[in-house]
Amino acid sequence: MKINNPAKAGSLESNDIFVMVFPNENGNEIELESIVIKQFGKRIREVIEETLKELNVENAKIIAKDRGALDYTIKARVETAIRRAM
Amino acid sequence: MENILGRVLPEYIEGYGEVKPFSGAFNNLGIKSKKQVSVKCVAPSDVKLVESIKEALIKCEIKDGMTVSFHHHLRNGDYVLNMVMDEIAKMGIKDIRVAASSIFPVHAPLVEHIKNGVVTGIYANYMSGPVAEAVSRGLLKYPAIMHTHGGRARAIESGDLKIDIAFIAAPTCDEYGNINGVYGPSACGSLGYAIPDAMYAGRVVAITDNLVAYPACPIEISQEYVDYIVKVDSIGDPKGIVSGTTKITKDPVGLKIAKMATEVIEASGLLKDGFSFQTGAGGISLAVAKYVRDVMKKNGIKGSFAAGGITGYIVDMFEEGLFEALFDVQCFDLKAVESYRRNVAHQGMSASLYGNPHNKGAVVNRLDVMILGATEIDVNFNVNVTTGSDGVIMGGSGGHSDTAAGSKLAIVVTKLLKGRLPIVVDKVTTVTTPGETVDVIVTERGIAVNPRRQDLLEKLKETNLPIMTIEELKKLAENMVGTPEKIEFDDKVVAVVEYRDGTVIDVVRKVKE
Repeated sequence: MKINNPAKAGSLESNDIFVMVFPNENGNEIELESIVIKQFGKRIREVIEETLKELNVENAKIIAKDRGALDYTIKARVETAIRRAM
Repeated sequence: MENILGRVLPEYIEGYGEVKPFSGAFNNLGIKSKKQVSVKCVAPSDVKLVESIKEALIKCEIKDGMTVSFHHHLRNGDYVLNMVMDEIAKMGIKDIRVAASSIFPVHAPLVEHIKNGVVTGIYANYMSGPVAEAVSRGLLKYPAIMHTHGGRARAIESGDLKIDIAFIAAPTCDEYGNINGVYGPSACGSLGYAIPDAMYAGRVVAITDNLVAYPACPIEISQEYVDYIVKVDSIGDPKGIVSGTTKITKDPVGLKIAKMATEVIEASGLLKDGFSFQTGAGGISLAVAKYVRDVMKKNGIKGSFAAGGITGYIVDMFEEGLFEALFDVQCFDLKAVESYRRNVAHQGMSASLYGNPHNKGAVVNRLDVMILGATEIDVNFNVNVTTGSDGVIMGGSGGHSDTAAGSKLAIVVTKLLKGRLPIVVDKVTTVTTPGETVDVIVTERGIAVNPRRQDLLEKLKETNLPIMTIEELKKLAENMVGTPEKIEFDDKVVAVVEYRDGTVIDVVRKVKE
């Protein structure tokens, strides 16, 4: 899936995640900020990477600001942002 | 070594001394002695009013290594601590220990004093904001010592915490040192936390922005304890002193928890004539008060007293006749200040009367029900309200441990998750309050009863409430969020957490960068 234009999904509310997607050149790149980075940083990156893989996204830059979202929320926000960016 | 809760403690901590390990909530009672106090006598011709904070410091013979104390009734609006510490720094004094009953974000200038060696030690019952972060990062030379509200009074009375000069933020004061908190632009009501400081410090300085004609009645702290008085332009910002109206949570999850907690109280059999009650000012805690109020009205129950930091909501219950009296160590809003000024049965109490385990009986011992919060609670019911799950200091016991120990039924109310963080865990980051004093935890998804309270468990089983084990609660939370990675700590101890009796219940170590 090709990213054509910047797009976003989600919010900065507690338990949500704000995801921005931009076209990128050499592969996927994730910039993550989270209130639980120490406890769940790795897991959040994993979920974002898995979601990109499922959608066959290969060249995207993701900027994510997490406010304690659960895995399904992260997955939904990333997927929505990607579909809006196509 | 390990204490009875399995927390690993050093035997000796530089800047603290030998560690007496916590050995149980009621294991250190018996006969205790109070310290002797030296008094600088005042002759009839002496004048106590001095020109400036600097002059008061000189008269008190401030020098390197002293301990100065402050109280927190002006909360995040307090100017006094910063004014005094700036003056001490300007005089070139070093190595000061600051014994402040609580430290708030407004006290950020302390961080500079910590960095340049003016302040090398801190005693506090609660701290949040930049100072707490600086302590957590290990900037303070000696570890901070965290007390409970009752434990601080105990430490002052016993001499464990020796205060050289106490500074009293005085909303109203006369030139001979009589103080009250009910009048003046910075009126904050009860001055309960300042009373042990006034009674046991080597020197006592009142700092006021409302100097009135002698005598400043009604007197809360009297002239017999006060050495000097300083008049300044302002002791605090009223916006930071009172929180306006304290609001009940509107969050449906919080309300559900409050409703369930009220059903637990009803099922316990304690909610009857003569009922006594305390709750914090947090949204869920206050919502419990709302539902308790409804039940009391519906069933015509007449309570005995409500205690603690008093909010306008509790004043309403009192004025409706649901309680005979209020015990007040600190007013949380203007409505509480107004009631404290007007109502005879709105009784002030000192920190010692409130929660000191080593006196002839504190008010917490007379509490039926206490509503508590938690940052984390472990499967043994030990509660953390000192550090966040990231290991950084963001609070402290305050009255948490005192009321949990004293009350017949200590209920922790909390959401099962905060953000993505599970509240019920295998092992809390820091133990503030021991599990043996916590009876039940109420979350939106289930209620767990401490196995020590089989009597309560039997009663709750007869209700429709979702009773489960605390392990089951923990599992529920983990299934939703996954397992958090462990925070890594250095060996360096940045804070010593004392239980109310002065034994060490835990230490806070520096978080690895």
